[in-house]
Amino acid sequence: MARTAVVSIGVRPRVVSLGRRSLARFVRRRTAMAGGIVSSVFVVMMLLGLWIAPYSPAATDYNRTLELPSLAHLAGTDDFGRDIFSRIVVATRYSLGMGLGAVFLGAALGMAWGIASGFYGRAFDNVSMRIVDIMLAFPGILLAIVVVAILGPGLVNVVLAIGVFTIPSFARLARAPALAAKAQEYAQAARALGASNSRIMGRHLLPNVLPSCLVYVTLRVGTAILTASSLSFLGLGVQPPTPEWGAMLAQSRVFLNVAPHLVIGPGVAISLAVLGFNLLGDGMRDALDPRLRD
Amino acid sequence: MAAYTGRRLLQAIPLLVLISLLVFVLLHLIPGGPMAAYGNNPNMTAADFARLEHDLGLDAPVHVQYLRWLGALLRGDWGYSLASKRPVLVEIGDRLPNTIYLLSISLAVTLGIAIPIGILSAVRQYSVLDHAVTTVAFAGQSVPIFWFGLMLIIVFHVVLRNPISGAPLAPGGGMYTLGEPFSLLDRLHHLILPVSMLAVVGTATYTRYMRASMLEVIGQDYIRTAHAKGMPARRVLWHHAFRNAAIPVVTILALEVPVLFNGAVFTETIFSWPGMGRLFIESAFRYDYALLMAIILIGATLTIVSNLLADIAYAYLDPRIHYG
Repeated sequence: MARTAVVSIGVRPRVVSLGRRSLARFVRRRTAMAGGIVSSVFVVMMLLGLWIAPYSPAATDYNRTLELPSLAHLAGTDDFGRDIFSRIVVATRYSLGMGLGAVFLGAALGMAWGIASGFYGRAFDNVSMRIVDIMLAFPGILLAIVVVAILGPGLVNVVLAIGVFTIPSFARLARAPALAAKAQEYAQAARALGASNSRIMGRHLLPNVLPSCLVYVTLRVGTAILTASSLSFLGLGVQPPTPEWGAMLAQSRVFLNVAPHLVIGPGVAISLAVLGFNLLGDGMRDALDPRLRD
Repeated sequence: MAAYTGRRLLQAIPLLVLISLLVFVLLHLIPGGPMAAYGNNPNMTAADFARLEHDLGLDAPVHVQYLRWLGALLRGDWGYSLASKRPVLVEIGDRLPNTIYLLSISLAVTLGIAIPIGILSAVRQYSVLDHAVTTVAFAGQSVPIFWFGLMLIIVFHVVLRNPISGAPLAPGGGMYTLGEPFSLLDRLHHLILPVSMLAVVGTATYTRYMRASMLEVIGQDYIRTAHAKGMPARRVLWHHAFRNAAIPVVTILALEVPVLFNGAVFTETIFSWPGMGRLFIESAFRYDYALLMAIILIGATLTIVSNLLADIAYAYLDPRIHYG
């Protein structure tokens, strides 16, 4: 046999697992690595911000207001004499936290929705997918604005609003693999063995849905950070004096003529964070896409 | 084709009714409901409150209120703004043209830049230009549009000045100079920054679409055939490649109409532009019930119509697509 013949002359085909191949592909792409590093830095800042920041984000110094960047204050000081750099660092927990929270919320509910839709099929699937269509047809951020205006401004409400409008895309993404997995022998076997519906969905369909959804989470985090900071910029998110990138930009608008440096830092932070997560998501998608060969 | 268009139009109607219902229910969830705007008025007694609620028909069951509202809406009575006490239709009529004016010029500029760059980037794939375009476009999509607007103001209104008169290079807000007679130059001057803000961010998106679509097309057999039969490269590019590559871009254009409105919200907020986007934010902050519902409904209608247009444009532009 041809196959054994190959082996016998000692040319063993190298078998590399899909996971390692994906990782190798990911590492080789410098942009993806850069995205991974940038987003990790922001995650560290989110978790340890209070300890990294050289000053307290709330410490005021009325002798040093609206100062230009210096060695003592890397990004200058704001109208209350607070250290802008410290505020940007500490703000990561709110800005990034809102983005991550919203996407995780939307992903969890969306996956449950999509799996249920694919699993139960028929009329339930039909109706729930039409609802998804309608939700997707709505301009998301506008409805988020309305929802937050209704519920009242605040961190939790922003997360809820963005989370809700993240649900439909995850529901649609999760439905197809759930539908495919449901028809597989192992799902049928589980059913024959008397597994309950929720067990089949949780143990057999969910693992099939997770990979594509996890990649999509990374891709969506950037958008969610942008949306959250936009809402804060409009005054609907985190309220002063809590430091948050969008809110900081809104407050510095007043000083555009006298202290334009106030605007630069928070904007750079948002752009970098979004860029980092976008690059990471792109890289992950490419790395895990089996159609893309090295 | 006509039958397909007609059927799609008919399908849009129940969707719109459903959305109107959704919007109505959503706004009824405001703590205090439509009366919320009066809730923090210390001069109103409970009796005043109840009387007003009765006069406005807000004590009727919700479904009755919805049907009344829908009926009035269809008759052209969109209610009154709580803040300005003017009819909603007048209020919107004042603002909508300004937004259309801003958005259409921005879109024209966006496409005028994005289409040639996208094509060039695709034709010279992996060239220095292509790498630069791809990188800038990707980065451009990560920049928050409102921050970009603020930076434009800083650079072109605060920092850079006219070397002779010392005046700012561009106005930092508004649609025209207040108190002066109409002047085309003044109008154009006020357009520079808001249009740049929308166009730069839009260009990032459309360049990517145009490039991807063009790359797809120039790999096709019929392009090779056209080259093989000796057709001039320029003619192949425009007559064969571009016309086909434009199809998906047209579709995306239609689908992106809501995104445009989203951009208008921020541009109008930053540049004090008297348009729909600002009206929307203002009415959301003031719980201006009738106005808010009208704007959301218009937004939803716009979205559905643009989806419809995208599908119809697709069917019309691509003869390979047949709809039964």
